[in-house]
Parts: sequence; C-alpha cells; structure tokens
Amino acid sequence: MGSNIPRFWRNLKSRYNLIGTKCANCKEIHFPPRHFCPKCRRLSKLEDFKLEGRGKIETYTVIHTPMDGFEGQIPYVLAIVKMPEGPRLTTQIVDCEIEEVKIGMKVKSVFRKIQEDGEAGLIHYGYKFKPA
Amino acid sequence: MKVAIIGVGLTKFGELWDSSFSQIFVEAGINALKDANIEGKDLEAIFVGNMSGGRFVDQEHVSGLIADHAGLNPLPSTRIEAACASGGLALRQGIMSILSGFHDVVVAGGVEKMTDVLTGQTTHTLATAADSEWETFLGTTFPGLYAMMARKHMEEFGTTREQMAMVAVKNHANARHNPYAQYPFEITVDDVLNSPMVADPLRLLDCSPITDGAACVILASEKRAKEFTDSPVYITGSGQASGTISLHSRKRLSVVDSTINASREAYKRAGLGPKDIQVAEVHDAFTIGEILGIEGLGFVEIGAGGKATEDGITQIGGKIPVNTSGGLKAKGHPVGATGVAQAVEITLQLRGEAKGRQTDADIGLTHNVGGSGGTAVVHTYEKG
Repeated sequence: MGSNIPRFWRNLKSRYNLIGTKCANCKEIHFPPRHFCPKCRRLSKLEDFKLEGRGKIETYTVIHTPMDGFEGQIPYVLAIVKMPEGPRLTTQIVDCEIEEVKIGMKVKSVFRKIQEDGEAGLIHYGYKFKPA
Repeated sequence: MKVAIIGVGLTKFGELWDSSFSQIFVEAGINALKDANIEGKDLEAIFVGNMSGGRFVDQEHVSGLIADHAGLNPLPSTRIEAACASGGLALRQGIMSILSGFHDVVVAGGVEKMTDVLTGQTTHTLATAADSEWETFLGTTFPGLYAMMARKHMEEFGTTREQMAMVAVKNHANARHNPYAQYPFEITVDDVLNSPMVADPLRLLDCSPITDGAACVILASEKRAKEFTDSPVYITGSGQASGTISLHSRKRLSVVDSTINASREAYKRAGLGPKDIQVAEVHDAFTIGEILGIEGLGFVEIGAGGKATEDGITQIGGKIPVNTSGGLKAKGHPVGATGVAQAVEITLQLRGEAKGRQTDADIGLTHNVGGSGGTAVVHTYEKG
C-alpha cells in the first residue's frame, strides 16, 4: 500500500538519529518521542534528546512468518532493547548469527534499510541494532 | 449492575468462502433472534464490533451495511473498533446503552472476514493493532509481540515450552465438543512442538487461526427481560482498561496491566472476586496469552500460569475451566467477533446447554484483549 512522503519524512529525525524527547520538568526521557509528558501533563516541557544508541536486549523473537514487505528478510531477529537513558525500543538485531542473540546481550545502533514501500514507493531507512 | 442476555447466535467459524461479510453477520443475528424468540422489530439498536473491514474486505461504514443487510433500517447502528477486543467493546457499549436507560432491547454483535486476502496482508492487518510507526514499521508482527512476552515470561518465571503447548492441547480437546469450532480435533504436545516456527518460541500450533465468523447476543434490561424468558443469564460486571499501545513502553513485559485493571473494575461492579469464577473464556490468541490472562485475572499468582496449566486446573473438571469453547486457538479467532463469541459460550455454559463440554457453573467470566494489551475488557455473568 503506497503512502505519501510526509508520513515518513516527519519521523526521520528519530529514525535516523535516535532523537527522543526529554521532559525538562520531570527529567524523564522518552523514545519514541512524545508530544506530551504523561507524568507532567500540562506542565510538560519537552525538548529533543539524542540517545546514545546503546542498550541491552530485554527480550527477542525470531520472525519466520513476515507481513508484506519483509518477505526477503526472514528469518530475522526482532528485539526490545532497554537503553541506559531509560526508555526501551523495538528493533531488528543484525550483523550476527541468530544463535548468538541472548537476553542481556549488549547492542548498539546502526543505520540500515528497513523496508521498501512497494515496487515503486519509497525505500525506508532507520535504526537497527547489532552486538556491541 | 444487571443486564440480561436473552438470546445468542453464532455462525460456523472457519473458512467461509461461500459467504460474504454482511451475510455472516446477518446469519448470526438471525440465530440470536430465534434463540431469544423475538423479532427484528423488537430491537432498538445495533452495536457491531469489527476490527478491519477496510483492510480485509475493502468495506468501511460497517454499521450502515449491517443495518441495511439485516433489514433493520432505520435502527441506529454503531461500529466499535479496538482490534481483537472490538467484540468485547461492542458488548460493553450495548450494556451501557441499556444501563443508561436509553434502550431496553439491543443486539450486540461482532464480525470479521479474514480469509478473503492472502496471509501476508492478514499478518500486516493484524499488526496494525500495534503502534504502526514504532513497532509495525520495523517488522513487528503480532505473533512476534506475543513471542517476546513469552520469552520474557519463560526467563522470569521459568515457564516452559511444554506448558505453553498444553494450553493448545487443552483448547483443541475442548473444541471437539463445539460444533461451531474451526478446528474440532485433538492435538498433542509433540504436535505443537514440531509445528512450523512462526515467531520463536511460538510455533504455528501456539497461534490462533485466521478465521471468518460472526457472533451476536440479544441484550435486554432486567425489567424487560422477564417478558421474553424465565431464565436469562445476567451480565453482572463489566470492566475496560487501556494499557500502553506498544509492548516496549510497558512497565513489565511479562504482565498485561490492562487485564488486571479491567478485571478489577468488573469484579468490583459485580461484587465478585477471582475465586468466585467457575468458568471463563480467556483471550488465547496465542498460548502464552491464556497464561498471561489467567494471571492478570487473578485466577493464579503472576508467574504461576504455566505451572497451573500443567497441573490441569484450567481443564474441564479442574478448579477453573478455561476456554471450554476451544478458545481462540481451536474455535477460531475472527477478531471482531471473538469478544461476543466468548459471551455466547458463557451463556450456553450457564444455561446448561454446552453439551459435551458442559461444566457445573453458575458464575462465568469473559476476557478479551486488543493488541498486545492496549485494550482489555472483562465481563462477569451469573445465572438468573
């Protein structure tokens, strides 16, 4: 299903450079970025915050049955990574054998192709993580 | 609170290639009206749960379509969507319309036609129940999310692969006695452990199937119910809660907060506790889902669900029989219909009409989850 450019363009900052948000009021860091601090609500003072791109795998899976657009990538590792700054994110784990992936493994972010939006659509890039 | 269920209706669950989307809803509705022994003209409103008519059958404006094809114009008709919890929320909206005094007799139903598209598109559509920009975009599938919860549960509590398989084995055994079930046959633990990998550690037989189907219940106010039946089943508790849409944002990856919060509200409204529940339909879209469900509902301690399953407490004849219908796993999971189909099963159980899968129960519960836990809805039922 083709999509218009702004849908992806507006998230590039976060997808390319791991820019999240930090609430200057309560100091909590969010990734994905938030538009509103759930703790401080109307007292929210959000500013951009760049994550270092390091973390540990908290849980993971190996996807064998993909959805449309990911057929060429299977089997691939999908994980939830906990970052020292606080938030977690969902990401693919690459540049290692599937058997090497473990809970607690240290990983760091890399810039990679994520998927293609159909044959004539955009090629999407963003973060994946690899062993640190 | 007290709202009566005076009639229930289902379609066969499965690959209904000869039937259209609107046709199956109408079939379930007519079955429910017949069961209630009332006519369409007795109804005052329609509530329909549907996750994704748009992506599965290119059909939005489901509410209008359903009313028209059911021959029920000009009744007000409303579609409710919360991914796999759409049916449970449609039921709750119907209940609230009666408790508010706005209506006395309504139909609450759910419908999904999932086999008209290819598997990759079905997988993608189900994945839209997650956060599209920060989960799905990166290659997250629904089995993938539950697989990550399963792995965390195994690591944290020692839940085993075999214990998860036992959920599927039990639910398939129960489905043998359900004529509406998609897969009414027995499987073994070995079958589950040797089935193709979908999202490690979850295999094909850990996953609910892709299903066409519809379910309807006729709801009536306590006052009017007595005109139609001497022995209604009453919905006595209702709870709904939201949780983080993304799994990665949750406080704990091995606990579904929305289930805990929704069940607390339902128990409170009903004046019941988990120990009072004698039969339950629990959201087993994946085997680990039933384990997380029985923990969140308070039937067992957090972390004890795998062991409890192995000990047989959730089997028919056990302390708290779970998914006597076969559950989502073996009865089938037409996502928008599931929450209502669960209510149908508990109604049959409390009426004593569940035949080969009958339990000895006067109090039941249903638990319906949307996404990985972004929405949960719980209802309690008592024999009239």
